[in-house]
Amino acid sequence: MYPTYMKESIRKVEATRERRLKETFPRITEEEKTSLLQKFHPDFIKEGMRELLVGSNKGERTPNEMADVLEGNSRINPDKIDLDKIDYDVDVLVIGGGGAGASAALLAQENGATVLLTTKLRLGDANTVGAQAGTQAADRPNDSLAIHYLDTMGGGRFTNIPELVEVLVKDAPSVIKWLETLGVNWDKNPDGSMHELSGGGASRLRLHSARDYTGLEEMRVLRDEVKNRKIDYLEFSPTIELIMDNKGQIGGAILVNLETNELSLVRAKAVVMATGGTGRLHIQGFPTTNHYGATADGLVLAYRVGAKLIFMDTMQYHPTGAAYPLQILGQLVTEKVRTLGAQLVNVDGEQFIMPLEPRDVVASANIRECQERHKGIETPSGEVGVWLDSPMIDIIGGEGTIARQLPAMVRQFSRFNIDIIKEPMLVYPTLHYQNGGIKINTNGATIVPGLFAAGECEGGVHGRNRLIGNSTLDIFVFGRRAGRAAAQYAKEVKLGTLTLDHVRQWQAELKQAGLAELRPISPLLLPNYARQPYDYLPDYTKQILTVGQIKVA
Amino acid sequence: MAEQVRMVDIYIMGRHYQVPEGLTIMTALEYCGYRMIRGCGCRAGFCGACATVFNFKNDPQLRYDLACQKTIEQDMYLVQIPFFPSAKALYNLEEVEATGEQVLTLYPDLVKCFGCNTCTKTCPQELEVMWFMSDALRGDIREVANKSFDCVMCGLCAARCPQGLVPYNIALLCRRLYGRYLAPTSKHLEDRLAEIETGKFDAELEELKNMSQDKLRRRYAERDIEPAY
Ligand SMILES: Cc1cc2nc3c(=O)[nH]c(=O)nc-3n(C[C@H](O)[C@H](O)[C@H](O)COP(=O)(O)OP(=O)(O)OC[C@H]3O[C@@H](n4cnc5c(N)ncnc54)[C@H](O)[C@@H]3O)c2cc1C
Ligand code: FES
Repeated sequence: MYPTYMKESIRKVEATRERRLKETFPRITEEEKTSLLQKFHPDFIKEGMRELLVGSNKGERTPNEMADVLEGNSRINPDKIDLDKIDYDVDVLVIGGGGAGASAALLAQENGATVLLTTKLRLGDANTVGAQAGTQAADRPNDSLAIHYLDTMGGGRFTNIPELVEVLVKDAPSVIKWLETLGVNWDKNPDGSMHELSGGGASRLRLHSARDYTGLEEMRVLRDEVKNRKIDYLEFSPTIELIMDNKGQIGGAILVNLETNELSLVRAKAVVMATGGTGRLHIQGFPTTNHYGATADGLVLAYRVGAKLIFMDTMQYHPTGAAYPLQILGQLVTEKVRTLGAQLVNVDGEQFIMPLEPRDVVASANIRECQERHKGIETPSGEVGVWLDSPMIDIIGGEGTIARQLPAMVRQFSRFNIDIIKEPMLVYPTLHYQNGGIKINTNGATIVPGLFAAGECEGGVHGRNRLIGNSTLDIFVFGRRAGRAAAQYAKEVKLGTLTLDHVRQWQAELKQAGLAELRPISPLLLPNYARQPYDYLPDYTKQILTVGQIKVA
Repeated sequence: MAEQVRMVDIYIMGRHYQVPEGLTIMTALEYCGYRMIRGCGCRAGFCGACATVFNFKNDPQLRYDLACQKTIEQDMYLVQIPFFPSAKALYNLEEVEATGEQVLTLYPDLVKCFGCNTCTKTCPQELEVMWFMSDALRGDIREVANKSFDCVMCGLCAARCPQGLVPYNIALLCRRLYGRYLAPTSKHLEDRLAEIETGKFDAELEELKNMSQDKLRRRYAERDIEPAY
C-alpha cells in the first residue's frame, strides 16, 4: 500500500492519463542521447572506474568492484594440491547451471563427449530463471535476419563484433524451434503463430515469450532435459580455479563443496565457462536484479589463465527496478510493462522520455528526472523513483491484459497490497546485465586452447549495450555452439601433464605489482549479506578464516 | 523522513531474535547473521529455492511461502526447507505420447490422489494444484499446462502431500508434452527456417557485415519501426 503523500502524486498521474494516452513523446536525437548518457549514465562516472594493473587487460578501465575481483588473490595454495588425485575425468566440463551451461552440456553430450556440469547453487539457480519478457528471433514475415542484425548493432552503438551478431541472428529461429521441440510452451495465437512483442530498440515485434515467466519456462525444461539425459551434475560446487597442462592448454578445474569446503579435482579436455553475470558485485552501490550467485567468477577464472576480456567498462542498468516497497528494492519490473503500453511519468504525472528508447537512455533519463530535475518521488525509506503507469495497459489492450500477460508482476506487487492494474509502480534504475565479458569467436572459443565461453560471461555479441531478448537468445546460440565445439575439440586434443603454475605466476605478478596484500580473494562466490561482526576475532583466526577458505569476512 | 524503526520478534528454528519491521524472511535471516548457502537463489520470487514453513507463537497452524517474498510478522516461527527428496520420472521426450495414459505410466501413483487439497493450500504461487492434479488424472494435458504455468518448482506441494505425490514434476511433464506435441505449430517459423536453409539472407547479411560504420548508422536511423501494439 502506498502512503498518503505518494497517493497524492498518483492522483496527478491519473489526471493526466487520458491526455497521455493520445500523446507520443518524441524520440530523442542522437546528440541529445550522447549528452544525456555522458551526464547521467553510471558508466560515465569517472570515480567509479579504474585501470587494471595486472593481467591481459592491463591498462583498461573497469568498475572498481570488478577490478577488485579481477585483481584478486587465489583461494588455493598450489603447493598443497596433489594433481595426481583426480576425482572426475571427463571430456567436457561445463561450469555453470544456467541456460548457457545447460545448453552446452546437452550439445556436448549429443556430440559424443562425456560431460560433467558443475554449478554454484542448484541446477537452474541462475539469471536465466529471472528473465521475464522474452527471447528475440526474426521469424515473422515482415521481419528478417538483416533487420534483427541492424537493431542489435544499433543497440550496441555499432561496437558489437559483426561475426558474432551474424550467427546470433542466424541461429535465432532454430533456437526457438529447438526449445519448442524440447517442450517449451511459447505464447501463441490460436492459429499457432507466435504471439510476439516489441521491445526497446527492436524495430519489429520479435520477442517470444511464455507469459512473463519466459526464462523460468526455458530453464525448467532444460534442467529436466539434463536430468533425463543422465548428464552428471554437481550442485553447490563452484569452480575456484582452472587447471592447465604443461602445453598451455586447459586441463580441468578445482571445485569446492560450498558446505564442507572439501575440494574436488576435475580433469577435462575442454571447459565451457557459463557462469553468467555480475550484479551481486553491486557496482557503484546499485541494487540488482541478478540472482544470488552472479559474482563475475567466470571472468576471474578465465582472466587468470590469460583469456582476454572485452567491453569491461560497460554495465547495463535496467531503467525500471522496483523502488518501492523496500522488500523488493532493485527487483526487475520487466520491460514488457512498457512494451504493453505503460509510460514513465514524474511526480506531476508528466512524461519525460519515450518509454521504448534503448535501456541506457531510459535509465539515464530516469536518473536525470530524479537527481537533476528533482521531479522524482521519495519513498519513506529515502529511495527515489519515477512512476511507471501500468494501468494504461488495460486501457490500451482491454481489461484483463495485465492479468494475462503479467501474472508475475501482479503477484509480486499484490503481496504488498499494490494493485498494478489500478495503481502505477515506482521505479528506478537497477544493475542488470554485464554487457561485455570473455572474448570469444563464433564457436565460443577463447584464445586459451580448450577454454570456451557462452552466455552472459562472454562479451562482444552485444557491444556496449544489449537489447532486451537478445541475452536469452545469446545463451542458447552460443551455449549450443560452445558445447558442440568443445566436444569436437576434446576428440582431437592430447592433454599434457596437469599444472597450477599459472596460479603461482599470477600470485607472483600480484606481488610484484604490490597488490597481493591489498586485494580480496576471488572468485567471490557469494556476496556477504550476513550481519556477522568478526571484530572480536584475534588476527591469526582471521587469517584462517580468509585464506583458502570460503569465508570472506 | 526516517522514523524510529519498529522492531519485530521472530524465532529462527526456535531461537528468539529482534529485527526491524519490513524485512523479508530472507533478509531477516541475514540480519540475524545467517549467511545463506542453500535456500537462496533469484531473491525475486522466480526460482523456488527459498521454500519456507512458518507458524506463530500462539497459532500452531503451518503456513508456507517463499522466504524472499514474504515479509516478517510479529511472533513468527521460521524454518526453511531448502531440499526435499522427491521422485522424478526419467523419459525420452521423443519416445513418449501426449496422453493421460502416458502420464500415468510415468507417474503411476497419481491415482492415489484423494483430493485432500493440501497441495493447493501449500502453494506459495496460489496455484490450483489439486485441480490440475485431477486434470492430469483425466488426461487433460492442456489444462494441466495452463493451470500449472506459473509454478516455480519450490517443491512444497510434494513435501506436504500425504500420498507422496510430486505435483510439480507431473505438471512439468504435462507442460513439456503440451509444448512438444499439442500446441499448434507456427507456420511462419517453419517458413523462416526453410528460407535460412536455402541461404536467402546470406547476401544481405554479408553486405551489412562489411558496411562502413557511417552507412550502417544511416541504415539504422532510417529503418522503419513497427508500432508496438
Ligand atoms: C531478472 C532478469 C530478467 C531478465 N530478462 C531478460 C529478458 O526478458 N530477455 C533476455 O533476453 N534476457 C533477460 N535477462 C538476461 C538473461 O536472463 C541472462 O543474461 C541470461 O539468462 C544469462 O544466462 P547464463 O546461462 O549466461 O547465466 P546464468 O543463467 O546466470 O547462469 C550462470 C550459472 O553459473 C553458475 N555459476 C556462477 N559462478 C560459478 C562458479 N564459480 N562455479 C560454478 N558455477 C558458477 C551460477 O550459479 C548459475 O547457475 C534478464 C536477467 C535478469 C536477472
Ligand atoms: S530465492 Fe528464488 S524464489 Fe526466493
